[in-house]
Amino acid sequence: MSKDKFIKLVSTAVPIPNENIDTDQIIPARFLKATTREGFGENLFRDWRYDSNNNPIKDFALNNPSYSGKVLVAGKNFGCGSSREHAAWAIYDYGFRVVVSSFFADIFKNNALNNAVLPVVVSDSFLKKLLETIQSKPNTQVTVDLENQKISSDNQSENFEINPYKKECLINGYDDIDYLLNLNKEVREFDLAHS
Amino acid sequence: MVKHADGYPDALFIDRHFIHEVTSPQAFAGLKKRGLQVFNTKRTTATADHNVPTKDQHLPIKEALSRHQVETLRKNCKDFGVELYDLGHPFQGIVHIIGPELGLTLPGMTIVCGDSHTSTHGAFGNIAFGIGTSEVEQVLATQCILQYKPKTMKIEITGAIGKGVVSKDIILYVISKISASGATGFFVEYAGDAIRNLSMEARMTICNMSIEMGARGGLIAPDEITFNYIKGRKFAPQGEAFYKAVTEWKTLATDAGATYDKVLSFDGADITPMITYGTNPGMGMKITDRIPTAEELKEISEQNSFKKSLEYMGLEQGTQLLGKSIDYVFIGSCTNARIEDLREVASMVKGKKKAAGVEVWVVPGSKQVQEQAKKEGLDKIFEAAGFELRDPGCSACLGMNEDKIPAGKYCISTSNRNFEGRQGPKSRTFLASPLSAAAAAITGKVTDARDFISYMK
Repeated sequence: MSKDKFIKLVSTAVPIPNENIDTDQIIPARFLKATTREGFGENLFRDWRYDSNNNPIKDFALNNPSYSGKVLVAGKNFGCGSSREHAAWAIYDYGFRVVVSSFFADIFKNNALNNAVLPVVVSDSFLKKLLETIQSKPNTQVTVDLENQKISSDNQSENFEINPYKKECLINGYDDIDYLLNLNKEVREFDLAHS
Repeated sequence: MVKHADGYPDALFIDRHFIHEVTSPQAFAGLKKRGLQVFNTKRTTATADHNVPTKDQHLPIKEALSRHQVETLRKNCKDFGVELYDLGHPFQGIVHIIGPELGLTLPGMTIVCGDSHTSTHGAFGNIAFGIGTSEVEQVLATQCILQYKPKTMKIEITGAIGKGVVSKDIILYVISKISASGATGFFVEYAGDAIRNLSMEARMTICNMSIEMGARGGLIAPDEITFNYIKGRKFAPQGEAFYKAVTEWKTLATDAGATYDKVLSFDGADITPMITYGTNPGMGMKITDRIPTAEELKEISEQNSFKKSLEYMGLEQGTQLLGKSIDYVFIGSCTNARIEDLREVASMVKGKKKAAGVEVWVVPGSKQVQEQAKKEGLDKIFEAAGFELRDPGCSACLGMNEDKIPAGKYCISTSNRNFEGRQGPKSRTFLASPLSAAAAAITGKVTDARDFISYMK
């Protein structure tokens, strides 16, 4: 599904320093029963955000009024576990457009890229410093420049890698189906030859 | 591969696509929106598994949202002409259990499904991996997926594993050694004598959990054990065609002397029954070990996550789990709900009773597994032991249906994930083998299954 175009973003950020955040935490399975892509944002990090009586858990970053913005900064191995794309939908629906971490799980990374959420891989040291900066000065602006593949904030900047094809898709709002549909004739022939 | 173009990902043709009710509705909605059809309906098979009830499956699903999701799957399959093994159908079951048992999963295929445990099918020598819903839509529309070549890793288990040690212990052992992200970016090939000597069902358990160390796919070269398993299955090639296929499948094994980006080797003799103590599958240990202390961790940066994890689990650093009381036992999931798993459990509990106060659910992986269990009288053994044999589905592995472990309770589970809240909000999971789960059911405590093996046949 084509999404909005992504070129450059300047925003404050929300820190969740935990490592190995799995997609069950991002969106618990009991909220996967919808048949549309919308509305998952209200249950993003549900069990970290609310207690069993649905009261907000004060010290969780999404409930901390100091933090806001379109950039989520999280510990390494973000998005491991289940392939549920609902995790990427929830992150997008909540309003995030970028997730910064030092390491992403493969399936989540693909799902994010397919939903106009940019996963930015930074070094461990950059991540550590970024988390510290945001935690001490929550109004810190983070700039994510996709065109030049550069992330910067306050006193540090770093270049990040992104697959050139995916970069082109994000900048233009294209998706993989657009590309694959152009191959229809070749695929038909391949299918016939291999049935 | 259909197309390779410089600067672009490869367009990989998909031989077999499995779909289920949870990750497909938005994909079908996408097709409708674009006015597209399913590219080749013969290559897609659907079943209802993730949120179906495991009791009274012949009745309408009580929970409205789950019912709606299953009904949406029915409608989509009908509208687009996709074969559906619906509730009540003799072939219904967990998507990764029914593919192999029906002979839909064959060596050398490319297989995808909107579920991370699609790696299970790699046990047949396949490129099989989990995908997101946007990719499900791509495959439905084009029978292709865009992929980059992954890095390769060989994990070799040499020698033989001991008595009371099963394939689940092998994979939990490997994950505990290399962590929950140790194979991210790789496809893994499992090799070595300890793997070669496993049955197909045991091999599937290993490949199933590849994703728990981050690998999207894990595979095992097909051999006579593979071919014998496939022979005669419903949708497998029959007669002459089967033997012709076997000749082709024999060419699939990795060339001797092939190189990998990474090679790891473990001694089968060092593997014992395993258990997890934390909130990711990498946090595992030998069942007789004690939980490490924060100071013993290799990386200081992990200490906070480690402490948070133990706090969630209600466990102390440096203590043993053996003898720890448990509340629930879940025997099921795409990892361990095949007939051999149920046979192992039955052989251990035969003539015994579950401990008082422990609730035991045995959820077969498919209708066929359930029927076979009944045919062999396993249902009687379970009943006499106080175990509940239910209807097939994913059940308490992810707690999408009613089968949830209550807050704060401990469950020893044969499933694949011990994430926070995975089996229900605030539930606490110990991952282990079917034998370890059965032993715990009898004693009511975390138990070394080897204490029981003298009783087994």
